[in-house]
Amino acid sequence: MLEIKNLHVKLEDEDKQILNGLDLTVEAGKVHAIMGPNGSGKSTLSYVLSGRDGYEVTDGSATLAGEDLLDLDPEERAALGVFLAFQYPVEIPGVGNMTFLRTAVNSQRKARGEEELSAAEFLKTIRAKAKELKIDADMLKRPVNVGFSGGEKKRNEILQMAMLEPKMCILDETDSGLDVDAMKLVAEGVNALRDEGRGFLVITHYQRLLDHIKPDVVHILAGGKIVKTGGPELAMEVENNGYAGILAEVS
Amino acid sequence: MELADVKQTATEARLAALSLPEGGCLAAARQAAVSRVQTMGLPGRRDEYWKYTRPESLTAAEVTKAAVFTADEAPMFDEFDRLKIVFVDGVYNAEASDDLSLEGVQIDRIADICSQDIHWAKDLYGVLEARGQSPVARPLAALNTAFAQDGIAIHVTGKPSKPINLVYVHSDEASDAILHHVIRVEAGAEATILENGPAASRFNKCMEIDIADTGKLHLVRAQGRDHERRAATHLFARLGTESVFKSFTLTVNGILTRNEAVVELLGDDAIAHIAGACVGDGEFHHDDTVFITHDAVNCESRQVFKKVLRNGATGVFQGKILVKEGAQKTDGYQISQSLLLDDDSQFLAKPELEIYADDVICSHGSTTGAIDEEALFYLRSRGVPVAEATDLLTLAFLAEAVEEIEDGEITAAIVARLEGWLSRRR
Repeated sequence: MLEIKNLHVKLEDEDKQILNGLDLTVEAGKVHAIMGPNGSGKSTLSYVLSGRDGYEVTDGSATLAGEDLLDLDPEERAALGVFLAFQYPVEIPGVGNMTFLRTAVNSQRKARGEEELSAAEFLKTIRAKAKELKIDADMLKRPVNVGFSGGEKKRNEILQMAMLEPKMCILDETDSGLDVDAMKLVAEGVNALRDEGRGFLVITHYQRLLDHIKPDVVHILAGGKIVKTGGPELAMEVENNGYAGILAEVS
Repeated sequence: MELADVKQTATEARLAALSLPEGGCLAAARQAAVSRVQTMGLPGRRDEYWKYTRPESLTAAEVTKAAVFTADEAPMFDEFDRLKIVFVDGVYNAEASDDLSLEGVQIDRIADICSQDIHWAKDLYGVLEARGQSPVARPLAALNTAFAQDGIAIHVTGKPSKPINLVYVHSDEASDAILHHVIRVEAGAEATILENGPAASRFNKCMEIDIADTGKLHLVRAQGRDHERRAATHLFARLGTESVFKSFTLTVNGILTRNEAVVELLGDDAIAHIAGACVGDGEFHHDDTVFITHDAVNCESRQVFKKVLRNGATGVFQGKILVKEGAQKTDGYQISQSLLLDDDSQFLAKPELEIYADDVICSHGSTTGAIDEEALFYLRSRGVPVAEATDLLTLAFLAEAVEEIEDGEITAAIVARLEGWLSRRR
């Protein structure tokens, strides 16, 4: 599904290399987790894949189902099926959550040459999905993420994911700022979306999210590349020994 | 004080080019207004109050020609159930207008108020304008009182079932229209007045609004989309106890527009909201100049102005809240913001507070900025194309001003116009 080869990325404004030859393949139907210490390049990876400005790819490639991602605009990547659940979802005063979501869903459908959802169909779908995530009607009416609690913002991200039905979901520290109950709720939302045709890349500092979203593969990212890959047991090793032990072992 | 020679010459040239209409019972009011213009002189570049806006084309003896704008869409408010009053190049057009009778309101032409003996209108004409000349001179308004060719007197005595819609039509590329309306809202009465349409090549409009205790008036106007117009408008409003005045202005295009609002809160517990949203592209200069005086206890005023500017457009805001001695418990709010869609446009703001009471809440803010890149990326990452995302954020920026309109149907009509403007610029 997602294939990243030898990816080198630096910051556009300063001479700072962030990713140094990252290789990663996420198969459809699988959940891959990326763990790594602060500054290892986790968030950069998620932003480069989703097309945020400010990064320069100096080498390597990233494709989704064979399509080159790196030359595309963020909206084109989204229409292809890339979805980034933000670590810090952005508040947008004045834009209603519902308007935003309907515009997003229909923009993607239009870009793919599919028929747009009617207002009635959209409403029916979003109500059902919102209910599963315990998002009430009021939250849908409010401006995007404005006045939402940390948990509400993350649930709203998962709701968007559920509505947009992407092929490749990238979750950037979705557990940050969540209490245990909120994390469970978000994890259930993600698990409900697990599907043979969909890949997941779960970026996290901590093992605890992976208790709820069980990964098939765990990678350790350090210094801008994957330094170790293993099964779920690798996450336990991080939890027990910290990154220092693993990094010492691979260096 | 003697006027500078240049100013005096310009003022005399303008006055010489105009002729006083048949005065009748308003002759004294018109003559007094001429004297005010002569004393003050017409605005010049060096006047502090005209620092950001060049007044020459508004004061010149000769009108600058302006192409008549042909819209590709139905006129604003066309689909509304309303009472329509049409002015073509500043002259009332009976054929295009609806019958003026409507329950709860009495409507007459200014030209008829003497023969019809409309006392309240005779007593109001020019009075609020004259009051509004202090502490800041507004010579174009005095010029209007003196030389207005036409106008309407609206006496709201009840709650008319539909809005009164003043529709302006521009047909002559050299039209120089001066319109003066007077409005009186009686105790307990409530009405909505809508205004729209390109009025003339040069348009000088004055509206005097007198709201009695507990009266309510909603005013929504839509200026545009004519590109070449030059307009100076004045609103003078006087509010009694527990009265409400809410005004919203949408401005789309226009080479030069100066909208002044002068509001006096004279009765306790009165509420005045003056809001505006403007969108300009290229040769566009829009000036909102607002002066709100609190002269009673426990009154509320809001000034909410938002401007979207691109391709070298200029926005100006001069807003003042004056809280007089004894006007305790005043709640005054003022915000003026611009969204600059490129590096060529500019926003000039002069917010002012002058407070002589010690138990008041007054806040003001003025900002200028670009589209929020974080928000733009967020929308695009969800698949919204960059042009559409920019439009969404632009409308969101204007929302606080648009939300000042109470009526949902009117709000929707205004938003549709804004969306149209944005989509034509994709």
